[in-house]
Amino acid sequence: MKYALFLGCTIPVRAQNYEISARKVAEELGIEFEDLTDLACCAYPMRSASEKVATVLAARNLAVAEEKGLELCTLCSACTATLTEINERLKHDDDARKEVNEHLRKIGREYKGTAKVRHFARILYEDVGVDKIKSKVKKDLSSLILAPHYGCHYIKPSEVYGHFDSPEYPHTLSELITATGAKLASDTPNSCCGGAILGVEPDITLTMAKTKLDAAQSAKVDAVVSICPFCSVIFEDNQKKVAEKFEKEYGIPVLFYPQILGLALGIEEKQLGFRLNKVKPKELLAKVSAEAA
Amino acid sequence: MAEKEKSTVIDVSELDPNFKHEITKEPGGEHLKACFACGTCSASCPVREIDERYNPRKIIRMAILGMRDRVLQSDFIWLCSTCYTCEERCPQNVCVTEVINAIKNIAAREGYIHPAFKTQAELIGGSGRLYEMEEFDNKRREKMGLPKLTTSFDEVKKLCESTGLNDIIQKKES
Repeated sequence: MKYALFLGCTIPVRAQNYEISARKVAEELGIEFEDLTDLACCAYPMRSASEKVATVLAARNLAVAEEKGLELCTLCSACTATLTEINERLKHDDDARKEVNEHLRKIGREYKGTAKVRHFARILYEDVGVDKIKSKVKKDLSSLILAPHYGCHYIKPSEVYGHFDSPEYPHTLSELITATGAKLASDTPNSCCGGAILGVEPDITLTMAKTKLDAAQSAKVDAVVSICPFCSVIFEDNQKKVAEKFEKEYGIPVLFYPQILGLALGIEEKQLGFRLNKVKPKELLAKVSAEAA
Repeated sequence: MAEKEKSTVIDVSELDPNFKHEITKEPGGEHLKACFACGTCSASCPVREIDERYNPRKIIRMAILGMRDRVLQSDFIWLCSTCYTCEERCPQNVCVTEVINAIKNIAAREGYIHPAFKTQAELIGGSGRLYEMEEFDNKRREKMGLPKLTTSFDEVKKLCESTGLNDIIQKKES
């Protein structure tokens, strides 16, 4: 199992704990990542200004992966949706593909339409499989209650994703979480984090984030489990702002799924980037080590 | 507010019947005219739930009616969080998220791009990254055992020139 790792913009600068833990977990499960230095921004932040420019930039990334003959493994959900949507459109639209290649020719590249893109969580679910993950679990996490956060772009638009998971009642991340022995929190909605409009109207974003944080708090979760760096930027980095705005106290850890899976696989805590989490998961980590002792 | 007063009367002479065709020519805007105004999009929208200014059914209705200037100059078209809930639930497959994006693209070309999205486009056009990645960041990454990454992409700059990004985002408001 070999993939080209697509990091995007947010992870290498703001969510290295995601990257560190994903690489560790991949190694443990026999997944090989190749780092291609030519992969740039996925083009999501360009779409509001110009879908046409975004299409060319996304196609460039896809062409880079095609040249290496490797499937792209994304960690960020917005990167996943952007690259998948544009890949699907270009595969089926000859005129659009021709137009894109006129631009790519100027930098000596070509988009052929053979590129494949999948999110790391989907690869864990489909290529590794829940059963294999269960068989590799060394540390029981059954003392933990976790709230999955699928985010929007991991599952939607469901059509371009071939409906691999349900947009209304998603289950893949929940199964990946319960594979570690952890329990799922009840009634935590898969609400949008609002990250896309943080720069436009931060008050709307903070109010959107409150929906999830309130539900997570009511469900007394040990952590929210994210698979998107930008959902984490909102729920974790901005948690204090949400608390201040609504005069609340949260202190809810927001962890990346590979950090949780890494604990279950018996990878050392310090190798999973927990020190980079802004809301320190001290109680959660204490529970896990008490359980294992 | 003037906006509120204006919203009660629609002056037919100010409508642009071509606006809907303009939108359907944009990538993602193709299915606009299938809308039968059921309102599933607005009822499902997590932004609409918080802020009444953002109402996708209303935006689509205004667009089909031809209220070009008021849609393109509005602040509300920039409030979509691109969650795709409307798109998943639309019974007419309008692809609402993409229609709103198509409208934003036209607004950008007319010089009305929201400053937040202009900044994002400029950052990517400049270095190929949304967040600057400098040698300092790479040193930090190396300490964490992570590989060094490319700090700036000339190819992306070239493609932004080739696609005319600057003309799109630099246009002054007329």
